[in-house]
Amino acid sequence: MKHSLSLQIGPVAFRIGSAWPKPLAALADLYAGYPEPDGICDFTVRLEPETAWRRWFRPSVAIHGDYVLPDAAPMSLAHGLLAAEMGMNLQMALGQKRYLLLHAASVEKDGRALILTGESGAGKSTLAAMLGERGWRLMGDEFALLDLEDGRLRAFPRAVSLKNGAIKVMERTVPADRFGPLLEGTPKGAIRHLRPRADALAAMAEPARPALILFPRFGEAAEARAVGQAEVFMRLTQASTNYVSLGGAGFDALTGLVAACPAAAIDYPDAATAIATVDALWEQVG
Amino acid sequence: MAGARYVADPEECVETVALDGLSVLFHRPSGMTHIVAPPAPQILEALRLGPAEAGEILARMRAWYDLEGDDAADAVEARLDELEAAGLVSRL
Repeated sequence: MKHSLSLQIGPVAFRIGSAWPKPLAALADLYAGYPEPDGICDFTVRLEPETAWRRWFRPSVAIHGDYVLPDAAPMSLAHGLLAAEMGMNLQMALGQKRYLLLHAASVEKDGRALILTGESGAGKSTLAAMLGERGWRLMGDEFALLDLEDGRLRAFPRAVSLKNGAIKVMERTVPADRFGPLLEGTPKGAIRHLRPRADALAAMAEPARPALILFPRFGEAAEARAVGQAEVFMRLTQASTNYVSLGGAGFDALTGLVAACPAAAIDYPDAATAIATVDALWEQVG
Repeated sequence: MAGARYVADPEECVETVALDGLSVLFHRPSGMTHIVAPPAPQILEALRLGPAEAGEILARMRAWYDLEGDDAADAVEARLDELEAAGLVSRL
């Protein structure tokens, strides 16, 4: 590829290649301070023109890599940074075999991890980003990596993908130099990426023992209720992108996680309520 | 179906973990995960002694558990149909 960048994010090394310099420049800015991989990269992401001539004329970015989804839609070059981010997600979701991948955010305190999972729009990214500014270590907002060998969670602290209303909320408290450009009109509305705090990046190689699983849901009256283990198991199989392909190893890892961690569903009308609920539940498992 | 004899895969083919009164099963030959409620795990347990008809399965279960009510036979037959559809038991 004409332009390329390598990034170490938690235990995973990416090489991102691009036909255009701009998406990689934006990516390099956003990921300033991340370590460089010291070996061969695990996954390659390639941002290429849909067809050769579209590199110049109404350029449109197609995401390629070691693993390909045939119907991944090409994106406008203005959203090249987002394409790179989506490319990294895609390679992880399709190719990761060492960890059980949960579509979940996670934060850590005192060596123990809180896992936040739920449907898109439930607010897990925002909640994790806020906790990451309030004494927790942000381990990741998109994927939680459950180690198949020891049942611990590995950090995957990619830039947090803030959407729509969450952007302003975080802009009020976080220095401007930790944000990427504001991307308007993406398939998910406005998106702005937030780089985790430097201390979270410095600790990215440190695993944590899962201690609590929460299913947050934004926009409802405040409520917290315990969730039974069988339901937690079922929800987590749905939240995992590679549970089926891992076979028995995935089953063992997931049943181990569910048996070891209490879980609750929390509804919240606003961020302050969510933080207070998380703090109260965390104290109970302490 | 009266008289049908059922068989289950050997114990090593199915990993079972109890979660809150339900059981999650990992069926190694198919790679599929199932979440089942009683008496399905107990039926599989009874079939580990060897192939059996529904009546024999019920008799084996009665030796181990206090089964309440008169509809236990119907429940066993209904669960056998479901376990067969899920690929966890088959007819000989």
